[in-house]
Amino acid sequence: MSELKTSRRGLLKSGAGIGAGLAVPTIFTASSAAAYVNEPTGSTVTLGFNVPQSGPYADEGADELRAYELAVEHLNGGGDGGMLNTFSSKALSGNGILGKQVTYVTGDTQTKSDAARASAKSMIEKDGAIMITGGSSSGVAVAVQGLCQEAGVIFMAGLTHSNDTTGKDKKANGFRHFFNAYMSAAALAPVLSSNYGNDRKAYHLTADYTWGWTQQESIQNATEALGWETVANVLTPLATTDFSSYIAPVLNSGADVLVLNHYGGNMVNSLTAAVQFGLRARQVNGKNFEIIVPLYSRLMARGAGENVKGIFGSTNWHWSLQDEGSQAFVRSFGEKYGFPPSQAAHTCYAQTLLYADAAERAGTFNPCGIAEALEGFEFDGLGNGPTLYRAADHQCFKDVLVVRGKENPTSEFDLLEVVEITPRSQVEYAPDHPMFAGGELGQCNPGV
Amino acid sequence: MSAVFKNNDKTLFTVFVLAVLLGPILMAPFGASYPDLLQRFAIFGIFAIGFNILFGLTGYLSFGHAAFLGVGSYSAVWMFKLLSFNVIPALILAVIVSALFALLIGYISLRRSGIYFSILTLAFAEMMYRLAYSVLTPITNGETGLQVYSDDPQYLMGENGITTTHLFGIKMNDVFLRFEFLGREAQFNFGYYFAAIFLILAFYISIRIFRSPFGMMLRAIKSNQNRVNYTGLNSRPYTLAAFVISGVYAGLAGGLLACMDPLAGAERMQWTASGEVVLMTILGGAGTLLGPVLGASFIKYFEAIFSKINDNVLHTWFSFLPDGLENGIVWVLHFFVGKGWHLTLGTLFMLVVIFLPGGLLDGVTRLFNWVKNLGKKKPEEEQSTKASPAE
Repeated sequence: MSELKTSRRGLLKSGAGIGAGLAVPTIFTASSAAAYVNEPTGSTVTLGFNVPQSGPYADEGADELRAYELAVEHLNGGGDGGMLNTFSSKALSGNGILGKQVTYVTGDTQTKSDAARASAKSMIEKDGAIMITGGSSSGVAVAVQGLCQEAGVIFMAGLTHSNDTTGKDKKANGFRHFFNAYMSAAALAPVLSSNYGNDRKAYHLTADYTWGWTQQESIQNATEALGWETVANVLTPLATTDFSSYIAPVLNSGADVLVLNHYGGNMVNSLTAAVQFGLRARQVNGKNFEIIVPLYSRLMARGAGENVKGIFGSTNWHWSLQDEGSQAFVRSFGEKYGFPPSQAAHTCYAQTLLYADAAERAGTFNPCGIAEALEGFEFDGLGNGPTLYRAADHQCFKDVLVVRGKENPTSEFDLLEVVEITPRSQVEYAPDHPMFAGGELGQCNPGV
Repeated sequence: MSAVFKNNDKTLFTVFVLAVLLGPILMAPFGASYPDLLQRFAIFGIFAIGFNILFGLTGYLSFGHAAFLGVGSYSAVWMFKLLSFNVIPALILAVIVSALFALLIGYISLRRSGIYFSILTLAFAEMMYRLAYSVLTPITNGETGLQVYSDDPQYLMGENGITTTHLFGIKMNDVFLRFEFLGREAQFNFGYYFAAIFLILAFYISIRIFRSPFGMMLRAIKSNQNRVNYTGLNSRPYTLAAFVISGVYAGLAGGLLACMDPLAGAERMQWTASGEVVLMTILGGAGTLLGPVLGASFIKYFEAIFSKINDNVLHTWFSFLPDGLENGIVWVLHFFVGKGWHLTLGTLFMLVVIFLPGGLLDGVTRLFNWVKNLGKKKPEEEQSTKASPAE
């Protein structure tokens, strides 16, 4: 057995050798000719779809991926064109983006910030993705948005509802079409007031991460403005699957409303547990005990089954909307996959179209050009009525839907009924609103 | 074990250094030559080498090593937040803090051995994960992950400081050279070489420990701790030293992870992450020098490449087949790629453990011996096979 012996001289020599070896490649360093990172030079342009394929939001992720595939098909001129035909901007003509065929790569965020960033990084570095989109958790969206800002590509947020995404964590390279927690609360409050009165005691169960916190804060503010009292706010870890230990204390808390600031699989489990504990049949303070789910989706409603009947919540979009854009989207989605799309699918589809349209109008894939084209952009025909992409925080402003679990669903998809379409003016807020303050948009970064 | 390598550490080390330095070229044909993955190869290589010092030498199976990785990451990001994006203070703090945690956890856990030790370390790691995830949110930023904001103090940053991690101006994410190699792009990146220097250093120290009297002592503990105790030796200081050393390796790896991408998430400390390094070490070959690095690269490669293959990619691969057959094959393979990559990894892991108990390195050695014996019969073939164990 020979030992690895190093003399001082030998170490110096090899050290110098390694140093020289490392220095050699720098001689060849040429200043890169590209104007921005991942500039597409061939006949194709690559988009990166980074969605949760495992974890509590996997259902949403799967639906998002379907929507992306549909959007790519429509951009490349396939299918019936979907919302391209109803979109108010007519820059897109179905021959890709700026004449380049759209291709895509996919990745699994695992609903974890770390994994999502690694996946997005490999899309940017290896596959040359010019834009990253997706995410079905605000924690992930915030993390990936930060990465895209550093790397110099555009991030089109998918389903992310936290105030922070376009609030304290907003970034110049990031854009969000989806609504946010503040808007949910602003839309829900009047409906809650007229249905449940102004004298209520609310108990909050909140998913313990950025979305849950801002959602809870927003609802608490809005309901306390009505005169409601907040009894307690209990944080539950995102990975929780059994909520019975969290529901039991609600029974003796004196609260008569339970607010579930949960989404996806979390909400399905916590709502089911709440119903099993007989909360909905209870009478507290002489009133019926009520449950509220501030952020609703059809996928969640299906997961929770019977339990959602009569429960109020808000949603970004619903397939039963009768406007042209929504109908066109539901038709082409339904033809391709055999069932109607979820709100996650809708926002992802819209984001892809908005990105493509911005690139087309800007005449470049340069993130700075695209940001400029999107900032202050007014459009219609993507399903939510007239919409504004606000320049100050890259948040879309549009009507918000207040929905309720249907009492007599006619099919497994017809689970929610739209109670009210809250007009855009009612959910608007100033960019420096206290719930959104603290962050800085910064400068757009083309990465070079 | 690897009889081939043991006899010649110098050759092994030289080959290792060359392989690491040429990493971007060697990995290019596999489509793995891009900064993020190469950095992961190096960083998780360090992590696994460190784990192997504990597990491979003393036989103590720690199931909570990811805790140190996480602690290292959090310390590093805090240095970015407080001082500047220079990586040196970050790594120093990462190493110090992880050493302290390792000392504390090791001191308590090493009172027991075998399965009890594993459970204790697992409990500590899970505790730290839970704390980071919720209770310690002010320090760890909970599920969102700790990241650097523009309004953080960053006292050493100055007016127009660099806003990404760097080593005295050399940016970690800069690619300084890229070219086509065998049809795939090879990307040379500063961050990778920075991590690679630590990997080489870590490997060198690991060789020295393996060959030292200290290493011998650790092996003695592995083969029979009772006998060591009966001879009048106190084995605790030795195991604790090994535990702290491997904890420092993990902390260094965590710090490096944060240096490449200044974000630290709590899931870095989850038990699955702890399990991963155990897998890496066993898959590569526990107790061997090179095995852990091999195992780490193998797992990271699968995670990055297989998880990105989707049905569309499969369809293009098999488009030459008739439609029905194509769809059939894609349907079967669908379960093994994309989100199903764990299934592929699990299958491979089973195959390796059953047929190559010494890990991948065992396989390489067997192949090497087989080829050597083949060469004895037909000496003219020897020339072409010399390069095979380079990786």
